[in-house]
Amino acid sequence: MATAADVVAEVVDPELPMLTLAELGIVRDVREDDDGVLVTITPTYSGCPAMETIRADIRVALRRAGFGRAEVRTVLAPAWTTDWISETGRRKLAAAGIAPPGAAPGRVVGPIPLTLGVRAEVACPRCGQPSTEVLAAFGATACRELRRCPACREPFEHVREI
Amino acid sequence: MAFDDAYDALTDHEDDARWAYGTGFSDPLAGVAADLPDGVDRADLAAYCLMLGDDALILSHRLQQWVTRAPELEDELALANIGLDLLGQARLLLTRAGVAEDRARDEDELAMRRAPAEFRNVRLAERSDDDFAHLVARLCAFSVWRLELLQRLSGSRDPMLAAIAAKGVKEVTYHRDYAAQWVVRLGDGTELSHQRMVAAVDALTPLLGELFEPHPVESRLAAAGVAVDPGGLRAAFDEVWAYVLTTATLGAAATPVPAPSHEPAAAVSSAPASSAPASSGPGSSAPGSSALVFSSPGSSVFAGGRDGVHGPELGEILDEMQGLARSVSGGAW
Repeated sequence: MATAADVVAEVVDPELPMLTLAELGIVRDVREDDDGVLVTITPTYSGCPAMETIRADIRVALRRAGFGRAEVRTVLAPAWTTDWISETGRRKLAAAGIAPPGAAPGRVVGPIPLTLGVRAEVACPRCGQPSTEVLAAFGATACRELRRCPACREPFEHVREI
Repeated sequence: MAFDDAYDALTDHEDDARWAYGTGFSDPLAGVAADLPDGVDRADLAAYCLMLGDDALILSHRLQQWVTRAPELEDELALANIGLDLLGQARLLLTRAGVAEDRARDEDELAMRRAPAEFRNVRLAERSDDDFAHLVARLCAFSVWRLELLQRLSGSRDPMLAAIAAKGVKEVTYHRDYAAQWVVRLGDGTELSHQRMVAAVDALTPLLGELFEPHPVESRLAAAGVAVDPGGLRAAFDEVWAYVLTTATLGAAATPVPAPSHEPAAAVSSAPASSAPASSGPGSSAPGSSALVFSSPGSSVFAGGRDGVHGPELGEILDEMQGLARSVSGGAW
């Protein structure tokens, strides 16, 4: 029989449904005891409107798998980073035409650099062209930006590094 | 949840929370320890959380008003996303304020049932914008200031404030980039865009002084290691703000500002967007610019937003924001 952790890990993200919550890296902890299951997750962004849905999806999945009472808690610290998206998750993003994030900027001691111009290059997930341009710094969701490939001329999304 | 069967997903009502987009949210701090650090006054902590939460809530609402009115769809997406980030920060901070004050008020109650004089946001957050240049100037200044604040607040002795701040730092870094790129694009754009950006910065400058005036609550909590003394943010703010304005050809030509921790100004030419005006900027020859005073105390209007003293603009925001919640008492989606 699948453990509660297995069940939670396989729930998919409502905004990036090609990824499971485990691949997205937002599941912190799953504990089973006599009282039920306690799941701890972390939000990607402070205002992520998918959190309610994710909490509900986890509870529904656990109920369907035969687990009793399930509680989903949210923790903020340490803050989620795109570095927690797994290698499998990155491959799935690229296969879906979404460029996975590069390495997230580490925690800065002292002034955080202001970016007015050149940013790190993002390769086209369709044709591999190494240099692409930003169409919009904020895309359909908080975690994605819209880019365009000058070679194959296709627009694509890129999960921004945070 | 079954994504291959949209109908099944829509009719899956095993949990009401799925469609809770509106009032009646469950506690976003669900399960997070709600205890307070030792020796911290509850009323002070509640007031401080309201200050930072109201800044985010009110500016978020102003940003939402630009959706359908921005120059391009892409910018409406950006403004909506920035507004959403700020709304998320506001929800956490207002919830924390409710926990600290211990009067059984949740985030909805605090957002939707307070009168203007109970809001503690800085005046900068509530101002309406005459045009897009005013908006991006205001968003840029706000983001530069809030990023410095949140970065320091991530070391707060209150673990909840520290966590909210550390998360916010990542978000506001992107907000600041977006707004600063627009300030540079318009300031160093056409003659007309330059003039409008000059007017925007001139209109903004009197509102900046308030950002650095410590309220007694902030001073007390800063001494306790919980809050950030806003007076200590001025030097860092001025450095970044002056760098943005100088890069945007909006700064006083006589005072070039070194920016050791930032990109060289030359990098700007290749950004920020593909449709940037091709013509070179008018430089320092534009009328009405020059003598910019970076947030000097002498240029500050009487403010007092932290004490609930606001302009009529806040009332306009609250009429719109609170109208539905007030007309449908106890209403939930």
